[in-house]
Amino acid sequence: MNELMRRMLFLPEQGSAYARQVDRLHYFVISMTMVGFVGVAATVLWFVIRYRRRAEGEPTPTIEPRPIHEVLFVGGPLALFLVWFAIGYPLYVRLQTPPRDAMDVYVMGKKWMWKFAYPGGPNDMDDLHVPAGRPVRLLITSRDVIHSFYMPAFRLKQDAVPGRYAETWFQADKPGRYEIFCAEYCGLGHSAMLGTLVVMEPEKFDAWMTEARRSPAVAAAQDTPDAAANPVATLARQGRNLAVEYGCMKCHSVDGTRHIGPSWLDLYLRKEPLEGGGTVVADEGYLTESMMDPGAKVVKGFAPVMPTFQGRIPGPEVAAIVEFIKTLRTDAVHPAPTPGRAYEPVPGFDPTRSR
Amino acid sequence: MPAAESHVAHHFPDLEVQSHAARLGMWLFLATEVLLFGGLFTAYALYRMLYPSAFHGASRLIETSMGALNTVVLITSSLTVALAFHYSRQSRNRLAALLLVATIGLGFVFLGVKAVEYAHHFREGHLPGRFYRYAGLQVPGASMFFTVYFLMTGLHGIHVIIGMGVLTWLAVGAWRGSYGGDYTTPIELGGMYWHLVDLIWIFLFPLLYLI
Amino acid sequence: MSPSPASIPPAPADAGAPLYLERNYLNARRGLWSWLTTLDHKRIGVMYLVLTSAALFLGGIFAMLLRIELLTPGPTIMSALAYNRTFTLHGVVMIFLFMIPAIPGIFGNFFLPLMIGARDVAFPRLNLLSVYLYLTGAAIALYGMIHGGADTGWTFYTPYSTTTVTMVWPILLGAFVLGMGSIVTGLNFIVTVHTLRAPGIGFMRMPLFVWALYATSIIQVLATPVLGITLLLVAVENVFGFGIFDPARGGDPVLFQHMFWFYSHPAVYIMILPAMGAITEVLSAFARKNTFGYRAVAFSSLGIAFVGFFTWGHHLFTSGQSTVDAGIFGVLSMFVGIFTAIKIFNWTATLYRGSIAIRTPFIYVIAFLFFLLFGGMTGIALATVALDVHWQDTYFVVAHFHFIMVGGTVAGFLAALTYWWPKMFGKSYSERWGIVGATLIFLGFNFTFIPQFLLGNEGMPRRYYSYPVRFWPLNVASTAGASVLALGFLVVLATLLLSLKYGKPAGPNPWGSRGYEWKTLSPPPEGNFLTQPTYPRMPHDYDDLNPGRGGH
Repeated sequence: MNELMRRMLFLPEQGSAYARQVDRLHYFVISMTMVGFVGVAATVLWFVIRYRRRAEGEPTPTIEPRPIHEVLFVGGPLALFLVWFAIGYPLYVRLQTPPRDAMDVYVMGKKWMWKFAYPGGPNDMDDLHVPAGRPVRLLITSRDVIHSFYMPAFRLKQDAVPGRYAETWFQADKPGRYEIFCAEYCGLGHSAMLGTLVVMEPEKFDAWMTEARRSPAVAAAQDTPDAAANPVATLARQGRNLAVEYGCMKCHSVDGTRHIGPSWLDLYLRKEPLEGGGTVVADEGYLTESMMDPGAKVVKGFAPVMPTFQGRIPGPEVAAIVEFIKTLRTDAVHPAPTPGRAYEPVPGFDPTRSR
Repeated sequence: MPAAESHVAHHFPDLEVQSHAARLGMWLFLATEVLLFGGLFTAYALYRMLYPSAFHGASRLIETSMGALNTVVLITSSLTVALAFHYSRQSRNRLAALLLVATIGLGFVFLGVKAVEYAHHFREGHLPGRFYRYAGLQVPGASMFFTVYFLMTGLHGIHVIIGMGVLTWLAVGAWRGSYGGDYTTPIELGGMYWHLVDLIWIFLFPLLYLI
Repeated sequence: MSPSPASIPPAPADAGAPLYLERNYLNARRGLWSWLTTLDHKRIGVMYLVLTSAALFLGGIFAMLLRIELLTPGPTIMSALAYNRTFTLHGVVMIFLFMIPAIPGIFGNFFLPLMIGARDVAFPRLNLLSVYLYLTGAAIALYGMIHGGADTGWTFYTPYSTTTVTMVWPILLGAFVLGMGSIVTGLNFIVTVHTLRAPGIGFMRMPLFVWALYATSIIQVLATPVLGITLLLVAVENVFGFGIFDPARGGDPVLFQHMFWFYSHPAVYIMILPAMGAITEVLSAFARKNTFGYRAVAFSSLGIAFVGFFTWGHHLFTSGQSTVDAGIFGVLSMFVGIFTAIKIFNWTATLYRGSIAIRTPFIYVIAFLFFLLFGGMTGIALATVALDVHWQDTYFVVAHFHFIMVGGTVAGFLAALTYWWPKMFGKSYSERWGIVGATLIFLGFNFTFIPQFLLGNEGMPRRYYSYPVRFWPLNVASTAGASVLALGFLVVLATLLLSLKYGKPAGPNPWGSRGYEWKTLSPPPEGNFLTQPTYPRMPHDYDDLNPGRGGH
């Protein structure tokens, strides 16, 4: 049944459980659409034939709706539409919330290619290697204009917007090769901005990853100056250098010392209480947001003195810094919330200016 | 009232309906103007939220006293244009014309003050986007403040100039006695437009200069 | 309000009237100058007819070029840059020069005063100004096409549109000026409806086309200024680099998308609402039946206008907005669907116990119902969010909005044109060729766009110059359908133009319609009516056995 409907609707193969679920919704929606369409169309045609004009100037009765008509006309479709929504929306929410144990890949679109970076691993162009059967989280951004990362076989799409990270995730069923398209118009090479998803057996993937980490050839594909000087520099190591360069260390410590800003030690995935109530989990999204829009969610006990880095740090460098923060972990089981800041900030002092 | 009837277009039953139509049309037009500025207010709100400290710092760079002076100038001009309408209804056409001229004069004062401010910004390099070169405030978002500042005050300035053009035309008509008595709709509409220009400034002034 | 029983059966409105009014609005004044300076709403409507039809033709040529280019997976007849420019032009011309101004500009101008018994719109000079704004905007945009050739797509997404090497600002400026023309038309209609209704026509007696135009005008007045400022900001950004949407200078590119769709989603209703109104008129006339649920149809237009302002976020489901936003915008989009569903059910119910004549305009009505039904249902499917993630920016979306825009608006436009043609020009066209044209358009349309739905399912993104081979067969099918569609348009054009010369005089009311606009002669005299008509009954009240029952 699934296979028949899929072929009738020209849908591409289903690479994941999520794709199969979306397709089930698709079949349901399209069947209801066809039933509704045929129902109304048949009624129209029946009326046109049954009440065709037999003589010119025939009088016709004035018919006015009764309240029950209005209720049916509004209630019927509304109920149907809300059922669709009730099925479709949770699926969307699921796509937007990656599982905790997902493996991360940074995706960057640029005219007109896809670049993939693995934390602590290699960079790769156009080919995205992932293991089968493990959830993979994609952190997507762009270097120039807006692109959109689209894998039809996984019914998955996410815009790559310069200056911010978006996330989505998938879990491939079995090894194979799948298409990656750019779905947001980006100029001359838009339709040639193709990539390939290579899903590998988990063991083969691990072997590939180990090999890639060692191989200078793959690492040399990185185009940052750091990478050219030091071919084995990992993202995290780059991030450390960048954090020094951008002056992050003037306010944030990496050893748990209290300072102007929260310490980065054990910051990743820590639950932080916020100024003005509420808490936030310091995941990639929050860390990126704090660099781009520091005033949005300030950790309790700190002053909103951090300048924004929107437009000052290119996407890949943000990724590197986030990766660096993620490496700063101790074995503390439940990292306590950050204690308040240690120093009053000096008025007019901008810690990033000396850069 | 033959004088009034001559102003009624052939498709209107009487002057009252025609004036009602004109007034309704003007209110709708003013609604479109508000929405036109609405886009810029949205941009202002978003970037103020993104760069609160930069916006705070950058707004210190523009002279509050100049803005306050211009606010007084515009509010006074709203008074003169309202008086012009008042006297026009009493058919004191010459007085109405003189009040309109006074309004235009205040418009010139406003533009003059604005020009002084702009000249200062150009000298100091308080400029939008890639033209920003003021060394005293190098934080991200400072140039965005001036982008928004120049777009908002620039668009408002264009409206002031258009308003002055309309008022000039009305002043000439009033001097010649084209309006007066029952037929004062053009002056009323021109006055409404001028009030809107004034009102927008009353929102711009605190947003850009004070907070 | 009820007429006396003595009026059963009522004398036809055209008793004793001449078949063709010799001295009418078309020839009362002569010479080109009399047209260029006319304040007559009917002549302005005819000028819009000529201009927007030319735009439809131009946009159609671009569409055919696109379909020919997509005939093969690789390059076919043009370069990638030429392709990108062509689809931009196709979108800009069709949307800003045809879809938005066509039905209000032509039929709104011509028939709104006739339908409410007025002698003109409230501000005739502003009305003429709107024509010149249209011409100016079109000229600037055309200059931009020839000289700069923007390649941004009609959506002008930043930062692409602010960084592309092609010249974008003329098209933006042209669209801005066209928007001003649109505002002027909308403002004029609102004031006309409020102040110039003839005695006897209360708000609850206005023809439903007038209600649709009224709702459209509200959207035009409220949404267009936001588009205006947005396009100006992009132009300023493109020329000067102020950085307002540029992430490298601290700007937010997604702000553009919000501001753009705040206008452009309601703009979809600017395009479809007048068509819905025209369809309501045509359907009642050929079914000889009062419109079922007058109030529901009238208020659903207002409902669409209102809710349409709060659904723009459904264009941004994959742009990284929060899941909460996506949920809210998804549900609100469903509500717009409800209002459309109300209309579809009421139209269907109107046919019940009617006296239905299958003439050319009615074929377009049937086509419109089918297209809107299918286009609307796929729209709701898109609003279920999860499916949209797969369909966003693919040919599915392209097919969906062409079902609404071409299937809905253009079918409504053609229904209105063929229905009101005898009133506008006093001539009948060949019914046989009219039906041939309508049938060709119906078939061609289906063959063009149903394959595109399947292409979208298959995963082909829109705005693709070349594509993987597996998309080939459906693209060929779509191009073949487009040729039939184009042929259909040519047949319609020829049929109508030939009728001007060879058509028989139509008479004041060839369809036996009881719409208010038929209470005058064909073509109408310069002042609309020789004697002011009276309005004792609801529009489209055909119940001669119980006259005035629908009189509210």
